[in-house]
Amino acid sequence: MRNIWTIARREIRLYFASPVAYIVGLLILLISGIYFVLVVFLAGQSAYTSGYTSAPGPDLVIGLMVFLFLFAVPALSMRLMADEHRNGTLELLLTAPIHEWELIIGKWLGSFLFVLIIIAITLIYPLALNRLVTPGIDQGLMLANYLAIILVAGAFLAIGTAISSFFNNQFAAFFATLVILFFLWIVIGWPSVVMQGGGSIFDYLSMSRHFSSMQSGVVALSDIVYYLSLTALGLFLGTVAVEVRRWK
Amino acid sequence: MIRTTGLTKDYGPRRAIENVAFEANQGEVVGFLGPNGAGKTTTMRILAGYMPPTYGTAQVAGFDVVEESIEVRRRIGYLPETVPLYPDMTVFDYLKFMADLRHLPNGDEMVENVLELVQMDQRADGYIANLSKGMRQRVGLAQALLHKPEVLILDEPTIGLDPAQVVEVRNLIREIGKERTVLLSTHILSEAQQLCDRVLIINKGRIVAEDTPENLQARLVGAERSIVRIKGDSEELKSQIADIKGVQDIKMRPDGSLEFQFAPGIDVRPEVARTIINSGHDLLELSPVGLSLEEIFLELTRDEKTTKKER
Repeated sequence: MRNIWTIARREIRLYFASPVAYIVGLLILLISGIYFVLVVFLAGQSAYTSGYTSAPGPDLVIGLMVFLFLFAVPALSMRLMADEHRNGTLELLLTAPIHEWELIIGKWLGSFLFVLIIIAITLIYPLALNRLVTPGIDQGLMLANYLAIILVAGAFLAIGTAISSFFNNQFAAFFATLVILFFLWIVIGWPSVVMQGGGSIFDYLSMSRHFSSMQSGVVALSDIVYYLSLTALGLFLGTVAVEVRRWK
Repeated sequence: MIRTTGLTKDYGPRRAIENVAFEANQGEVVGFLGPNGAGKTTTMRILAGYMPPTYGTAQVAGFDVVEESIEVRRRIGYLPETVPLYPDMTVFDYLKFMADLRHLPNGDEMVENVLELVQMDQRADGYIANLSKGMRQRVGLAQALLHKPEVLILDEPTIGLDPAQVVEVRNLIREIGKERTVLLSTHILSEAQQLCDRVLIINKGRIVAEDTPENLQARLVGAERSIVRIKGDSEELKSQIADIKGVQDIKMRPDGSLEFQFAPGIDVRPEVARTIINSGHDLLELSPVGLSLEEIFLELTRDEKTTKKER
């Protein structure tokens, strides 16, 4: 645990010293902030002009944020391992008395804690909404939404960490992560749509399907297990990638 | 402290090292000498636990580098060829990070001590990105020395340092080598001569010679060479000396002296001296020419090439 924390602490510090992390964090907060203000403003108009027939719920910004994460996570995770390899510092870490899995989990944890800070800042939206709507927002729904986004962020970052371990070039890692996240988010679910009734396995594998059900307030154990398994798989593959580099 | 047997490493179809076997004991500085791509770095990386060998075994401080890699890594200090540094960190933070990874109980104090040792204590708060190459090398060395390791593996430790720093680092290595095991690689042959108790000469992945620097010098076939310097023109003497039985390969040097070689066991020098005196010349100097380690190295690797060609 101690080694994981040592690695994670360095990563968080690095994010706070990196312009990329600030730009990504700022963009997420800016876009979701503008969206929030616009929706609340429109919802305040008459239902006839705005099209809103009910008050916006706490799921308002979460749906947008998860879409932004599809782009933000590759940008945040791309350098995690690729940079270590490029700088030659991987040799330093792999000759230090730590296990490969500690390194990978530490890297992931650092990025995850940074994203958690961004997510925590967005809590101002539901809190503001709670004051604006009567009789306040559905707190259960809010918790389900935040649990969903935290689980998604964890899984996204684990996949990003794994892909970064396979690459020496962080931009290659960025695009590969982007493609794989889009695939797991949208594309993998398509066969079930096309097959109409069949292909439920593809439906189960789709990240967005699990997210949608949690976003609507249903917290099923299978959804939680799905995201945790995906996170574990990402971290496992990252560890394997480092092992493979050793043996090559 | 270090023992390898049959160490072999393949990178795909290319064999980087083959059957590397050697030992290094406590209180010994062992030098790895060889051209680029000879397999020095590969061998060191295996010993440092960075990568496993394809065949063969290696033990450091009694632990197997593959089976007990973490135990090995705890006991070694390793300075890779490309100094692994984080430019975004200060010197102190970088070393503290390494101290934390090594679970050093009084990390701050150990970092301060090692910074003093490599004379970087004045730059502790400076960012690594702003350091000169020599300073970076010293920070890398500090990282390897930080935890007072039993075994120190240094890949080209003095590269990029200015002459004064080279002397300091060599003194430091010599000091550490008195109590602990040091394995270092170098291109600088005088460095190996000055620093090492034993030299391993590696070429094309194989150890071609292993001995003390002094013995390696003596081992060379036809190593006995001498020069003679006389007053006046030595040209006419050349043929007379060449006629002496046992004298081989006589040549005039640019400074006017004569250099000749003779087979070991037949010391022709008294005869050469007599010939010069009898011919009425004044003998100013008759001295042996020691081969430098560089010449030994070239000679030994040339032998290797010739043997391969013959095959």
